[in-house]
Amino acid sequence: MERQQIEEVQKITIKGRVFEEQSDLLSYSFDGSFGTYVPELVVQAKDTQEIAELVKFANQEKLPITPRGQATCLSGGPLPVKGGIVLDLSKMNELLEVDVEDLVAIVSPGVLTADIHKAAEKVGLMYPPDPSSSHVSTIGGNLAENSGGPRGLKYGVTKDYVIGLEVVTPQGEIIQTGGRTVKNVTGYDLTKLIVGSEGTLGIITKAILRLIPKPPASETVMAIFDDLVDSGRAISKILSSGILPAKMELMDQASMEAVENYEPSGLPTDAEAMIVIELDGHPAAVSDEAEQVSKLCQETGAREVRVPQTPEGKAEVWKARKLVSPAIVRIKPTKISEDATVPRSKIPDMCRRLQEIKKKYNVHLVVFGHAGDGNLHPNIIADKSDEEEMRRVEMAVTEIFEAAIELGGTLSGEHGIGTMKAPFMEMELGEIGLEMMKRIKQAWDPNNILNPGKIFPEPGQRLVLRE
Amino acid sequence: MTNLKELRKELKYDKTNSCVQCGYCLPVCPTYLTMGKETHSPRGRINLVKMLGEGRTSDISVLEEPMNLCLGCRACETACPTGVEYGSILEAARAAVNRRKKYSFPLRTVRNVLLKKVFPSKKAMNFMGHAMWLYEKSGIQATLRKTRLTTKLPYHLGSFEAITSKAISPVERANFPSRVAARGTKKYTVAFFTGCVMDAMFRKINQLSIQLLAEVGCEVIVVENQTCCGALHAHAGEVGESKKLAKKNIMVFEQEDVDFIVNNAGGCGAMLNEYDHLLEEEPEWFERAKKITEKSKDISQIIAWCGGISTKNHTAERVTYQHSCHMTNVQKVIKEPLELIKSVPHSEYIEMKEAEMCCGSAGIYNIVNYEASMEILDRKMEHIKETSTTTIITTNPGCLLQMKLGIEREQLSSQMRAVHLIEYLAEAAGLVNTRIID
Repeated sequence: MERQQIEEVQKITIKGRVFEEQSDLLSYSFDGSFGTYVPELVVQAKDTQEIAELVKFANQEKLPITPRGQATCLSGGPLPVKGGIVLDLSKMNELLEVDVEDLVAIVSPGVLTADIHKAAEKVGLMYPPDPSSSHVSTIGGNLAENSGGPRGLKYGVTKDYVIGLEVVTPQGEIIQTGGRTVKNVTGYDLTKLIVGSEGTLGIITKAILRLIPKPPASETVMAIFDDLVDSGRAISKILSSGILPAKMELMDQASMEAVENYEPSGLPTDAEAMIVIELDGHPAAVSDEAEQVSKLCQETGAREVRVPQTPEGKAEVWKARKLVSPAIVRIKPTKISEDATVPRSKIPDMCRRLQEIKKKYNVHLVVFGHAGDGNLHPNIIADKSDEEEMRRVEMAVTEIFEAAIELGGTLSGEHGIGTMKAPFMEMELGEIGLEMMKRIKQAWDPNNILNPGKIFPEPGQRLVLRE
Repeated sequence: MTNLKELRKELKYDKTNSCVQCGYCLPVCPTYLTMGKETHSPRGRINLVKMLGEGRTSDISVLEEPMNLCLGCRACETACPTGVEYGSILEAARAAVNRRKKYSFPLRTVRNVLLKKVFPSKKAMNFMGHAMWLYEKSGIQATLRKTRLTTKLPYHLGSFEAITSKAISPVERANFPSRVAARGTKKYTVAFFTGCVMDAMFRKINQLSIQLLAEVGCEVIVVENQTCCGALHAHAGEVGESKKLAKKNIMVFEQEDVDFIVNNAGGCGAMLNEYDHLLEEEPEWFERAKKITEKSKDISQIIAWCGGISTKNHTAERVTYQHSCHMTNVQKVIKEPLELIKSVPHSEYIEMKEAEMCCGSAGIYNIVNYEASMEILDRKMEHIKETSTTTIITTNPGCLLQMKLGIEREQLSSQMRAVHLIEYLAEAAGLVNTRIID
């Protein structure tokens, strides 16, 4: 950026702050995924009008702008891959209003997702999307990436709870999409188009979220299987039995071993899989469903089924699941976390394919995650300083994507495409499908200033995990 | 390339690899919350070390401000799901900055005098204790306060002047027993670690600590020639100095055959707990350090293990507890102080919001980074006021001073007091007659 451009940005930014020191620029060069891209300037926004002016100026000067929340992203969304300005929205966090009559929450983009959970629960309501980073992640980031979470199984993902947005367009205009009503079919659904567009179509400056009544009771069921494929069958069977659990999480043998080595929790490391299920709703309904689910697990070959009765007992079971993420990085430092997702009926097939891939490329592959909605999280644990290993990891990741798509699934269930998954877009969407998406981007942002370098592959781009 | 390799070693670059940049440290980092930028977050600081280690920048000064403004409270270590050794990365980074840095004359003087001459020297610290006493008794204090000359002291030392504890006379100061027998059946033999700041500024609390330990059944030995634990030096990047002090303490304490080495300062306890880490590269010292580390305990643990205190009629009051960061995040001593507080009859314990967050004292942080420290303190005081309590209990001298300063700043000294846990327990046990107010 030219000196003059920086000065102009400083003139525009009155309520916000502008950072240009090297230590600051380096500090906005990463997220929770892979790669380092140093921006030329960081603007910390506090005000919609100022954002609009900034975007207008950037569009005129053709400067890239990459919006950023608290950068917990696992797909590279907030990385300024083409340089330019990182627009930090995490301090635009003053608006959090719950309207109990309209059953909505109105929020500014920097509000933490967990704070929305708390505000809703205070008045007996619930905002269902629950990414595991919700105590750190901002709602703006969740909206841009269309985040999910364990409760996605029953309640869906972020986009299912957004009914209105305020957006700054790539030309620096402020528009409103949707509104405060659940029913709204006036014109194209721009709300849903913006949600999950990874900051490539507009900057979200306000959102209207739909809330639902908080279920009064919940039960937890835990089942242990000697055979991973059996656990997959149990999941399919429960889901076709007329019961819809709130969460259904899977841990394979490798992840149980990792947890045991990290913090011994009495997990059966000789078993191939464990599933943990949460049922929520009316107290009478959930206890009846817990019984049915236990029976179904036993019928599909579970060697042990447990229904903890105390809150402590339940917390213990869920704690083991939560420990998987930290436990596996103790094995090797580099974690490649994928979220390829398959239709529910294909969960057993996907489990089998993952085991084959693990053997074929001799990689440390761990499977855990939101099994109930087909969003298995195959994680590969490696050491980025070992080039030969990383080459094998690249091949394994490529084959995981191929498997998911062959089984009728998708590249990403909840993390987003960003940079790493871009090379595989055509494989899922086809040439024309991808082209139609590109046309939308070109029509909205002809100068390609908003988060350039994401979603769409560069000519000849391949997956590279080596730095 | 050799240079990069050496730099990686110096900065403990390998330890940064376990950071996966998930950001779980952000909501617990006091400086990230008050300064509001990634540069002042644990993840951001670790990333800067990575950037240097990976050769993306060669300018080591990028570390300076972010590392200096870190409180070193290590709340991030408790929040970290992958076990990043932040404390060790921070100390290495500070040492690297120090090696290349010429401090401005006044700051260098403050650092050198405090770290190398004052804290490690019993004489100097005693002198400070005497000076404090003389200062109070002679009426200089009253005059200075009246003329507001104290507000003219450099480095905001005036703010601290107002909150220093009532000094004790040289006679009382010299009168420190070297061995106190247990009352009733002896449960443990313990060596008491006096600490430098505790000993000079809060000697009364040390005396009460020894009395309480004896009351609950410990024979207490006050080992001669013990010195400063070295924590303040290590945090300031003066690791060499810190190792020297550690070795001296190891030599002194290993001469006594005791069950535990007891301290009453969260920060010192944390340092004693990490002597083995500090000396891990010196094989002839490592095992000896480990023995000291294993025996080192906080006084609240020992009192709790001895079954707590027997209380005499104590007046009802609402109290809150400001956790010592190093006790929480390094020593992992959390439940014992709370158990002891709650064991006092008629006392109502109210937890403040963000109870485990640093108060901004952090060694000499509040002296060298006054503004940043006060922003953190003001946030803390807001949470304390919300509890409507009248007593703030602390477990570390730095926290105690900072809480006193907070009360002064909020002009609440007529309705609120800050005490060390030991003072609170001594009151409840009837070891002191009047309510401790300063």
